[in-house]
Order: sequence, then C-alpha cells, then structure tokens
Amino acid sequence: MNAPNSFRAQPDDRGHFGDYGGRYVAETLMPLVLDLEREYRAAQADPAFKAQFDDLLEHYVGRPSPLYYAERLTEALRESAPDGMGAEIWFKRDELNHTGAHKINNCIGQILLAMRMGKTRIIAETGAGQHGVATATVCARFGLPCTIFMGAKDVERQAPNVFRMKLLGAEVRAVSSGAATLKDAMNEALRDWVANVHDTFYIIGTAAGPHPYPELVRDFQSVIGREARAQMMSRTARLPDLLVAAIGGGSNAIGLFHPFLDDADVAMLGVEAAGEGLEAKHAASLAGGFPGVLHGNKTYLLQDDDGQITEAHSISAGLDYPGIGPEHAWLKDIGRVEYTSVTDTEALDAFQLLCRTEGIIPALEPAHAIAAVTKRAREMKRDQVILANLCGRGDKDIFTVAEALGVAI
Amino acid sequence: MSRLATAFAKDHPALVTFVTAGDPHVAATPAILDALVAGGADVIELGMPFTDPMADGPAIQAANIRSLAGGTTTADILAIARGFRDRHPHVPLVLMGYANPMLRRGPGWFAKALQDAGVDGVICVDVPPEEDDALGPALRDAGIAPIRLATPTTDAARLPQVLDGASGFLYYVSVAGITGKQQAEQASIDEAVARLKAATDLPVAVGFGVRTPEQAASIARIADGVVVGSAIVEIIAAHGADAPAAVTTYIRSLADAVASARKVTA
Repeated sequence: MNAPNSFRAQPDDRGHFGDYGGRYVAETLMPLVLDLEREYRAAQADPAFKAQFDDLLEHYVGRPSPLYYAERLTEALRESAPDGMGAEIWFKRDELNHTGAHKINNCIGQILLAMRMGKTRIIAETGAGQHGVATATVCARFGLPCTIFMGAKDVERQAPNVFRMKLLGAEVRAVSSGAATLKDAMNEALRDWVANVHDTFYIIGTAAGPHPYPELVRDFQSVIGREARAQMMSRTARLPDLLVAAIGGGSNAIGLFHPFLDDADVAMLGVEAAGEGLEAKHAASLAGGFPGVLHGNKTYLLQDDDGQITEAHSISAGLDYPGIGPEHAWLKDIGRVEYTSVTDTEALDAFQLLCRTEGIIPALEPAHAIAAVTKRAREMKRDQVILANLCGRGDKDIFTVAEALGVAI
Repeated sequence: MSRLATAFAKDHPALVTFVTAGDPHVAATPAILDALVAGGADVIELGMPFTDPMADGPAIQAANIRSLAGGTTTADILAIARGFRDRHPHVPLVLMGYANPMLRRGPGWFAKALQDAGVDGVICVDVPPEEDDALGPALRDAGIAPIRLATPTTDAARLPQVLDGASGFLYYVSVAGITGKQQAEQASIDEAVARLKAATDLPVAVGFGVRTPEQAASIARIADGVVVGSAIVEIIAAHGADAPAAVTTYIRSLADAVASARKVTA
C-alpha cells in the first residue's frame, strides 16, 4: 500500500484529485460510468486481466520499449553549455511501439475492459488521428466495430491517418459542429455514447474525462514509467534527476511520471504547447487557463470570463486541446511537478535537432519535450541525468513540418 | 408556496417550455419569453448558451452557436431573467445549462446572482448528484431549486440518490440520447412516470423529443408536466426576430392539448 503521504494515492473514492477530476456527466451516462468503475476494480483484482494485458503489450505492441542514451544530442548541447554543464539525455522510446506512439498502451487496456463489460461496439475521438489509429487497430485485432469521431478540419489536415483508420476497418465520422476540431469530436462522441449506452464503450484517448478514465488511462500508461525506472536502475544503477514529457491531455506524461512520484529526488517537468506564444494562440491550459468543468472532469481549461471554452492552437494536433488531465492540475497546484511551455517554433527547431543528431524523426508532441530538454540540459551538471519520453514518431507530421519550413513535397 | 409549486398545482399539467437565451440575439429574447407566456406556458426554461453543449442535438447546438456568435454574456442572461421577473411576477423561471458557465465565478456568486434576478430553479446537465457539492449547497442556501434529471438508465437502486436534495420538480429525460432527436415509446414513459411518482412527491415533468400537441397530450395524461424545447428552438431558427407570433401560436396548440388531456381523464 501507498504511504499516507504518498503522491501516488490519488484519486479518492469519488474520483477527485484534490479539487480536480470527478464525474461531471449527464445522468444518462452516470450508471455506465459507475459500472465501468466496478468493472475496472474487478479487472485490477483479476490476475488473468493483467496477464492478458502484459502479453499483448509484449507480443503485439512490442514492449518493453528501449531506454536509449542520446549521446550525440547530449554532446551537441554540451558544446553550447557553460563548463561542467550539460546533463546526459536519455529517451524512453515509446515511438517504437506498434502504431508509432504510446496511445496503443491505453487502447489495449480499454478494449479488454470493454469486452469484460460485454460491450460490442467501440467509439473514440481523435485529433491528429493517432488515438483513432490506435483504437481502430485494437478494434481490428479483437473484431469489434469501431466509429471514430474526428473534427472536419482535422479530417482534412490528417488525410493519411484517416486512410489508415479506414484501412483498419473503422468508420470515420467527420464532425462539423463547433470549431470542427478535437473538443468538438469529443462532444460528438459523448452524444453518440449517451444514445448508445447499452452496447457501446467509449475509449477515451487521454488521462481525462469522467472518473475512472483519468485513473485507468494513467494506470495503463504507467507501463512507460515502470519500465523506464527498472531500465534506468539496471543500466545506470540510479534514478534520473529530471523527467520530461509533453502534455496535451497528459497521458504519456502521467504514464512516465506516476511511478516516480514518490521518489523525492526525481524532479519532473511537463511541457505544454505555447503555440504562437502565451500572449497569442496557444494550447497551454495550465499556464493560460483557469479551473472549470468540461468533458466530465474539473481541470484547468482555456476559457473566457463567462466560462465559454476558447479554441486551442498548436502546430501539434495532438496537443491542440483546451483542457488537461485532472491529475496534472492537482500535481501543478501542489507543486510536485513543474510545468512549462514551448512554442511551435521552438518545437520545430527541436524536431530538426533530433533528426540530425540522433537519426530519430520525433512526432511534434515529443518535439515539445525535446525543446524543453535542450534548455534544461545546459543548466544541469554533466553527471546529472534527464529522461524524456519520446512518445511518438514523426512520420505523421512530415507534411506539417514541411509546410512550416516552407518546403513543398 | 413557491412559484414552481404553484405552477404545478394548477388544474392542468404544466407546460414547460425551453428556449436558448440570446437566440438569435439578446434583444430578441424578452419578446420570445413573453410569447411563451402568452401562448400558455406554465414554466419557462431559459437555456444558458455554452460552447460545448454535449447533451444537445443539432437544433439546440445551433441555437447555442447563434447566441454566442451574437455575443451573449452571462450578464446579458441575468438581465433577461431580471426583466422577465419584472414583467411576469408569477411565472417560474428556470435556468438550464452546463456547469462551466455556471461555476465560472464560483457557485456562491452564481446563486446570489440568480436570487437577485428572481430565478426559481437550475437544471445543470453535467452536475449529477455525485458532484452536488459543486453547485447544490449554494443554490439551496439562496432558495433556488436544484432540479434533478432522471433518465431511462436511472434504475431503482440509483433513484434515491437522484432524489436526495432535489427540489422544484423532477425532469424525466424520456430517451437515452440527446435533445430533440427521437421520441420515446409512450408505454415506456407511462412505466417510468409511474415508477418515479411512486418514489417522490415532487412533480414529474417529461421531456426530450416532444414536438406535437398529440405527444404532449399523451404525456400530460400521466405526468405533472411536459417539457418542449427543440421544436420551439426550430421555430425561432426559422423565423428569427419575427418568431414571437409563431411561437405563441405553437405554444397555444400545446397548451390546449395539455389542458384537455387532464379533462379527458378527470
């Protein structure tokens, strides 16, 4: 059991992380959300569930993902660092997972829960399409019909992922209400769910939404941090000094951070998308938002004085959401995790730096984490260690990056 | 007796009517509310527009977008409510909407503002009994009724929790789904209303998908109230600022049907 003063004992039995989280859903969904919690507790106590989850992660997803020392990036940053400075940079390589990102870890867990609950149809929302592809993948693997809600604008911007989802047998429903992006896709998925509660399971893509989603998504993604912790101990016989991860909803970050939360000497840095700058259009809910209620949970939201939700912007479609998972809201308020933000331009620079120094094309989401790493590494001593989560690969982003760099391909 | 209790104690079932505040613009809403009363509405639900109305179907989503595009603010909605209370001292007014705009300045601020504006009750779609602390105590302290929703998925084991702390009336959402789309089978409504009425002394009003006077009459035979929303919102969308006359005509057809329903059974 966790110590009484543990940072790992959240949420409480009502799904609250301090003031955040909870179950802010319409009455129609409430019984289903309570059922899901009961079923999740039963699954947690069932060794067969864990065994099946672990087996799929190993043989289908390709876990454990490697822990990699980024030697050339470390050296490149040391060249411009003061004497004796320039921390070692290590990456957790979750971009090497099947489907190219950490999203699949959560989808495997949730589809196993859906089947335990006897649900026969899956829905999901997607922004860039990564969670949509991961959901379509597990639905194909288990033979369940699948409908993915995607903002009409994103359908246009992310044509390759739309085609991938269709190849995998999913129906992709373009959502033209509201701003026609991720939050509207989530609204539409909730509308579908409320009308089909009897047979439908909603696979939420990040550690947000009504309880128990933030908890169960975190638990499924915590494989990242558990592996990284064991790998780091076995390779270096020590823990890292600083963990870094990008944050949209925050599932890859909480997956990396959570197993380390009670290691007092391990600092943590979550990196939000500052878009065109915090004074302009951005997606940094913690830096530029206020607590409120949206999509089933209380958390920091980008909103105006009347509580109307404002549009997020980031070059990374995966970070382009006006909210954040409630556990991050709590970790920010209590000060256990530090949060910062990185602009589109800084992320693009880091994207290119990693390509050239390490031969790794990162997704634009972890490019934000890498941008923060490049700043922090120079301020830390050479014998210190930074571990960053490389949560996705950049194949999906090459068109966006080319356009941003003014290159026609 | 409160305005809500009085409205449900009339000699006919209550006709509860919904429109979105500020649709198509703030200045148009008072005349539309007056048109509802003129047509015979017994309770007015005033929708607070929200950018993300995730429990609403296309008609009310569009009304929310029209209203916000026109610049409707929380202050505008409170002014609309205050004006309504001045013109109609006895007609109950209920605000319906989503948690975030209601909680933005804190529940205490919101409850006090509603009290000052003469609002009688609040229906908050995404604050279930489990999260009552977020809004319920502040409303009750200010003498404003937190109106709860029951749905086809609210089973007997859960119902007491829904009723605990509820007041004003109980809103039965007759379909598992979003507003304005499909109509529930009358038999399922009959069964649900009987079950709910056995569990509470609160009036039970039935809504979601009610459009025609015939549907309203069928529900009025067994329920204490009938809620109509999307169909009115569609009339406003079609007629814009000229909507009041069409709204009154439509509401009168519903009110006549609701009134005659009880006479048939009485």
